Amino acid sequence: MSLVEGKVAIVSGAGSGMGVTHVRALATKGARVVGFDVTPGEGPRLLEELGDDRVRFLQGDVTSAADWARVVVECESRFGVPSILVNNAGIFRPNRVDSATEADYRKVIDINQIGTFLGMQAVVDPMRENGGGSIVNICSTSGLVAFTDNFAYVASKWAVRGMTRAAALELAADGIRVNTVCPGETDTPLIRNSDVPGTALPAETFPLGRWARPEEISAAVVFLASDDSSYMTGSDVVVDGAYTAA
Amino acid sequence: MGARLDGKIAIVSGGARGMGSSHARALVAEGAQVVGFDINEGEGPALVDELGSNRFAFLRGDVTKAEDWDNVVAGCHERFGAPNVLVNNAGVSPLHTLADVSEADYRKVIDINQVGTFLGMRALVPSLKEGGGSIVNIASTAAYVGFTELISYTASKWAVRGMTRAAALELAEHGIRVNTVCPGDTDTPMIRAFAGTDTGALPPAEELPMGRWARPEEISSAVVFLASDESSYISGSDIVVDGAYTAQ
Repeated sequence: MSLVEGKVAIVSGAGSGMGVTHVRALATKGARVVGFDVTPGEGPRLLEELGDDRVRFLQGDVTSAADWARVVVECESRFGVPSILVNNAGIFRPNRVDSATEADYRKVIDINQIGTFLGMQAVVDPMRENGGGSIVNICSTSGLVAFTDNFAYVASKWAVRGMTRAAALELAADGIRVNTVCPGETDTPLIRNSDVPGTALPAETFPLGRWARPEEISAAVVFLASDDSSYMTGSDVVVDGAYTAA
Repeated sequence: MGARLDGKIAIVSGGARGMGSSHARALVAEGAQVVGFDINEGEGPALVDELGSNRFAFLRGDVTKAEDWDNVVAGCHERFGAPNVLVNNAGVSPLHTLADVSEADYRKVIDINQVGTFLGMRALVPSLKEGGGSIVNIASTAAYVGFTELISYTASKWAVRGMTRAAALELAEHGIRVNTVCPGDTDTPMIRAFAGTDTGALPPAEELPMGRWARPEEISSAVVFLASDESSYISGSDIVVDGAYTAQ
């Protein structure tokens, strides 16, 4: 039996980067998946690849509670009550404590942190009524340590890690598990195409001598989404090739 | 039988009882071949019958003796081939306080839990270097926080967590990953022995966030994940399987 056979997942930020590989990994391991994003991105291509009996793509903005409610309703009517939520949508902006504009700071917090909070809120009642579920919040090594020039991003990811623990304690009795996956630098178009210096640490910086492949992050997502991790909640799965071990 | 561990050959210390037997079963169920070794026979022979001698072998050995580790590694090479997974699972957790523990008792716990883990890692490196591999050190929530009456166990498990990081950095260039699994209270003979006392080291299961102990299989599934290539970018880290205990 495949790891997430029979499960129903919602993945935010599903149109690009790691979101695409999370959708693919969950769907190929037996789940049906509703992905959503502000723009279609690779959604249509994934739909063709995986089939509309397995995946559905919606337009939606993680900073809107109304959009989250709509995504959950669509998921329930198409595939059923979600048993998995992957809060993957996130943005990065380089900024520093002394020079960040309030607008830039608030924008990163809004998408990465508030978006994750709204997502958790949107699925709690359906999951609770359905007997439980697994929430996977995509965090970062920037939620475990800190980096310069990442000020708002670091704030948002530490917030996600703290919220994950608090939510885990509050929802344990309902059978809803909440964990993070903390990727190190991952080889995605965002990283490759960035002309912003300092967006990504060079591959040689890492003990394993390379960036992560997105599939290596998705494998941790699938593990946390599956019943194999049934006693894991309030924890972080760190997928960083020993970066934070140093 | 699953195939997530096809081609994997694992050594599991303390592999004849408690969590160790659970790890052996879970690894074999996903296609690995496993050598379990333990200081006592325990369930060893029964596991050979249950899992098949083409899948599981039991060897007697003491994790505190380097020569026993060398024998186990050689035994693995003979029976199944070069090991590419090590699960440092053997451990003891006697109850005693800092004020009352004898030096001998303290040293004994360190010897088995910490030095045994070091000797295991060192013994496996030559085999693991050949094609890469995965070392899984069983630590504990007692590697994250403190508990009363577990002074030497706590010391040994924090040490295991630190050694795991250092080893991960040193061995990364050889394609060897090193991680811990940190279980919370898990339903094993070790925990049941505590439950018969009134130690402060063991909160009542009902008071845990999930309201129960872990089942050994729930720890073993994390071992399987770390042993498999699914965790190929995970090294120097801890998989904490504690039902939110350390989230508090």
